[in-house]
Amino acid sequence: MRPTFSIIFFTVLSGAGYGLFFLLGLGLACGVSLTPYQSVGIDDFHFGRLAIVPVIHDPRIRVAVFLAIGVLLTTVGLLASVAHLGKPLRAWRAFSQWRSSWLSREGVASLVTYLPIAVIAFVLFARPDAHIDLRLLGLLLVLCCIATVFCTAHIYSSLPPIRAWHNRYTLPVYLLLGLYSGSLWLIALDWLPIRGALYEDAVKVVWLVSAIITAPACGWLKWRYWRYLDTDAHAPHAGAATGLDRLGTVRSFEQPHTEENYLTHEMGFVLARKHSAKLRAIAFWTILLAPIATLPLTWLIGWAAAWLMLIVGMLGIFVERWLFFAEAKHAVMAYYGR
Amino acid sequence: MTTLPPPSPRKLGLVIDLDICVGCHACAVACKEWNDGGEFGPLPDKDPYGAEPHGVWFNRVHSYSVEQALPDDVTRELTVHFPRSCLHCETPACVTVCPTGASYKRAEDGIVLVDADQCIGCQLCSWACPYGAREFSEQKGTMQKCTLCVDRIYNETLDEADRQPACVMACPTRARHFGDLGDENSAISQLVAERGGYALMPEFEYKPVNRYLPPRPRRDGCDAKPESREPREATLDQDKLPGALRWLDRALSR
Repeated sequence: MRPTFSIIFFTVLSGAGYGLFFLLGLGLACGVSLTPYQSVGIDDFHFGRLAIVPVIHDPRIRVAVFLAIGVLLTTVGLLASVAHLGKPLRAWRAFSQWRSSWLSREGVASLVTYLPIAVIAFVLFARPDAHIDLRLLGLLLVLCCIATVFCTAHIYSSLPPIRAWHNRYTLPVYLLLGLYSGSLWLIALDWLPIRGALYEDAVKVVWLVSAIITAPACGWLKWRYWRYLDTDAHAPHAGAATGLDRLGTVRSFEQPHTEENYLTHEMGFVLARKHSAKLRAIAFWTILLAPIATLPLTWLIGWAAAWLMLIVGMLGIFVERWLFFAEAKHAVMAYYGR
Repeated sequence: MTTLPPPSPRKLGLVIDLDICVGCHACAVACKEWNDGGEFGPLPDKDPYGAEPHGVWFNRVHSYSVEQALPDDVTRELTVHFPRSCLHCETPACVTVCPTGASYKRAEDGIVLVDADQCIGCQLCSWACPYGAREFSEQKGTMQKCTLCVDRIYNETLDEADRQPACVMACPTRARHFGDLGDENSAISQLVAERGGYALMPEFEYKPVNRYLPPRPRRDGCDAKPESREPREATLDQDKLPGALRWLDRALSR
């Protein structure tokens, strides 16, 4: 399949956004306190003389940054998917067929997810005194994120003609890579040098553990997936596709058209197969090593290491997603003998 | 609605006789001509008279060579021309994946159509079809497909004899037949029963309505299936990879 950048951006960025919201919602659901508190710290902003001063910490500043970046990621991702449409102005029609279509369900779920986000932002910043249970809102957000990424994965895994997608690996890979990239974003954002706004250490540990555990899990899943992809025992060929294999060995000797058509252009993408080994290695190692190799660097270069981890990890996911599309063979190509 | 209608007893479709198709492409050209001006047209082309014309056709005619093994190590090549178009499946995924309801299956006769006014051009339906029946029009920004000439077969302004799909009318060898495959007693259902007509790739469980009639047995009776299968894609040459990737390749192929 032709790897269209709009769809790659859609799946990668929205996956990262929902991963971020998932962890944020998890923190709220577990009752992480967001009330400002005071502690003593070294005020290094007084040049020339270090002073021990009381510092006001307001975790809500952090949460505001997380919410803003999460909304940015998911919204840019969803808009990127609209850019793939032949008629982008009709995109609103895609919310109607949730009874049968995973694409429609994804659209509905992504819109519904904005609701708990909006209420959380409202409660935190506009009406801190409102009696709305943040734990419940956090739980709702967690469920919405899982549902949305579940639907995104099913858009692809529900297509039987594309064996590279219609398998049991697609769903866990989408969910885990979403969680993985969400952790990377949260860790990087939390290391932003915004003064006086530390988030709870226990929550940070959850993000780090999430990044470090999901990295090998994703690597292992992709490794199993690529092994599955390389055994193309069930891939249709011209004989099976035409039903003529009952007569003999079938070979296509003339194409129906002299030039490319939509099908050969969209579904006959071959570049990736040539370089797949290299790109698989890049995706595998960057995803695996991004959190593990850069964490020790945090003692040396501080917050820059967290951002290095984010960039390397996201690069790995982009390569992984490019391969997910580019390596996929569509059954119709059997008619063309490709 | 993109949920499927209840199964209809009437299943309009095509039966294509691979024994007598000569691969002249008249069906494809007649289809393009009718539908360019028909209710579901136009079918605009990009660069139509240039070096690389590119556009939507509802019908594509492939040509295959079928190698048959005869006794005494003799092989014979059989040429089979193979028109490929929408099979108007009974349970088509191209309809159910549609997020807008533009893609639908008619309850009364089972024809699968696209409502161009509702289509957003997401192309998911073309991905869901293993038969390549749907082509996206860059010019229109929407998906297009065979309509079984629904604007001909019910068209009361045409003579009754002309109320058939354009491809069927155009075929000079009468390799194409149109009718109700849901009715066991219809002429084409009987033709299918008599000639052993088959559906394409039934393993996808989309239940195609169209049927293909296999080439008739040769007069010499030699239709043995050869042992050899089609050659697979060239495999990766591990020796040419650099050391690290060779290790990865070994690790991955373990």
